[in-house]
Amino acid sequence: MDALAHFFQLLVIQTVNGVVTGMILALVASGLTLIFGIMDVVNFAHGELFMLGAYIGVIVMATTGNFWLALIVSSLTVAVLGAALQIATLRPLIGRDPLNTILATFGISLVLQNYALWQFGPVARKIPEPMNAYFNLFYLQYPWYRIVVAVLSAAIIGGFWLFLKHSKFGVWIRATTQDRVMAQAMGIPVPLVYTGVFALGAAMAAASGVLFAPLTGVDHSMGLDWVLKAFIVVVVGGMGNLGGSVLAAIFISLIEAYATIIPIPLIHGGALTWQELAPSQAVIVSFVVLILTLLFRPTGLFATPK
Amino acid sequence: MSATAENAKPLVLVEDVHTYYGKSHILHGVSLKVCAGEVIGLLGRNGVGKSTTLKTVMGLVQPSAGKVMFEDLPITGLPPHKLARLGIAYVPEDRRIFRLLTVMENLRTGFDRHGVTEARKQELLDKAFAYFPVLAERRNQPGGTLSGGEQQMLAIARAMMLEPKIILLDEPTEGLMPRMVSQISRIIEVLHNDGVAILLVEQNVPLTLEASQRVYIMEKGAVRHQCAASEIDVHHPVIKQYLGV
Repeated sequence: MDALAHFFQLLVIQTVNGVVTGMILALVASGLTLIFGIMDVVNFAHGELFMLGAYIGVIVMATTGNFWLALIVSSLTVAVLGAALQIATLRPLIGRDPLNTILATFGISLVLQNYALWQFGPVARKIPEPMNAYFNLFYLQYPWYRIVVAVLSAAIIGGFWLFLKHSKFGVWIRATTQDRVMAQAMGIPVPLVYTGVFALGAAMAAASGVLFAPLTGVDHSMGLDWVLKAFIVVVVGGMGNLGGSVLAAIFISLIEAYATIIPIPLIHGGALTWQELAPSQAVIVSFVVLILTLLFRPTGLFATPK
Repeated sequence: MSATAENAKPLVLVEDVHTYYGKSHILHGVSLKVCAGEVIGLLGRNGVGKSTTLKTVMGLVQPSAGKVMFEDLPITGLPPHKLARLGIAYVPEDRRIFRLLTVMENLRTGFDRHGVTEARKQELLDKAFAYFPVLAERRNQPGGTLSGGEQQMLAIARAMMLEPKIILLDEPTEGLMPRMVSQISRIIEVLHNDGVAILLVEQNVPLTLEASQRVYIMEKGAVRHQCAASEIDVHHPVIKQYLGV
């Protein structure tokens, strides 16, 4: 009975963990899926925008000591940087083979990553959590900050959804996603929409970078893990599908969290054994989901018919 | 050609335009003009370059030679969104309404632009809903759920939201039932009475001849004949020669 109670507690804890991580992942993936959905650009530099956001957060924190100011300044700065990057490198490639944009964004990611290494060095920086309150989750002291991060991520995504649904620019974005040529013929400045969308996606990446920094620390390669997972989320959620990405992010984070407490069948030394995965190995299940999705539902688990 | 059209200042002037799709030479020196408030019919068999002519005027394909003028300004090479703001609206052959946007949002892509007051936006909407009451009923429905005829109405209403000086209308009656065809014909007349010029590409020759002041007849990527619409009818030898009706 004790074992069952303990397992139940673990399950609740891992559910909370999964949802928290899922919401941050959803925020990263939203920017990525938005940029893909509208511009057909697979943005390999998205993880570096996440990383730069975190570093700018570190700098603003060091200067002002205000975490929330760091969050805003970082998002705005990376939005401007994103707009400049789009105008300088991606706008000239509009209408070319998508491979060109993939190479361009890959190049940008290398430049940004090495710039960060050169500028900030290899040692990870830390942003202190803006609040030190905890609550009791069974035997754990669970930080409120994690809950705040999940709620804030949800609020940013929700705000963004409202913006897409009701604002003039939101209608422009949706019209451009559906029919770029007709959007232009209706007087919508499509090049401006592209730049704006890239800037928005970059700002969302930066915001998630700052929000996540207190949980793991900041270094020049922190974007890699996240963008890899975000790509899985974007594919599983259906390329370009915002709601699908949010669901897929939570779904994948939850099954990764459960994989560390629920034994799964593994072939070990020629014999079938049942065991839990170590947290560092849990990413395997994301790839399994990705492969299954690509095999059986390549348009994404949560795809809506166009 | 009528004397007024001959002497009037052109709103749109297309001069010796050549357009290619890849290596295919589609337009072989098309020249035509549309004056303010005029309805011009562009006739010809399938594949002679009528739609390409409209796309070239709208800036959706770039001509390799020749020029397009709008109110005496050269507009060749300008992006379509700037042409839309100048006063050129486009209703494509396949309607291309934004299927996942509601009827209202489809219209909003046209009227929600810089310099249009809230009162003016409401006027534009009221006008569109007066012409097409069915759109008012369906205002919150996604465009993709409308019938073919309703989608055509939405495409025309959406173009009207730009308050254009000219509408490039590509096969508006294609695939529509007769009741809808007469409604489209009426709306062309209303737009004409409002002073909007129309460059009309149509397979329906009687409708085109009735709606237009002048017609151009195209063959193999060039204009072969032009005349006042009142000078010919469906049995005229020119129509037989170029359209085989």
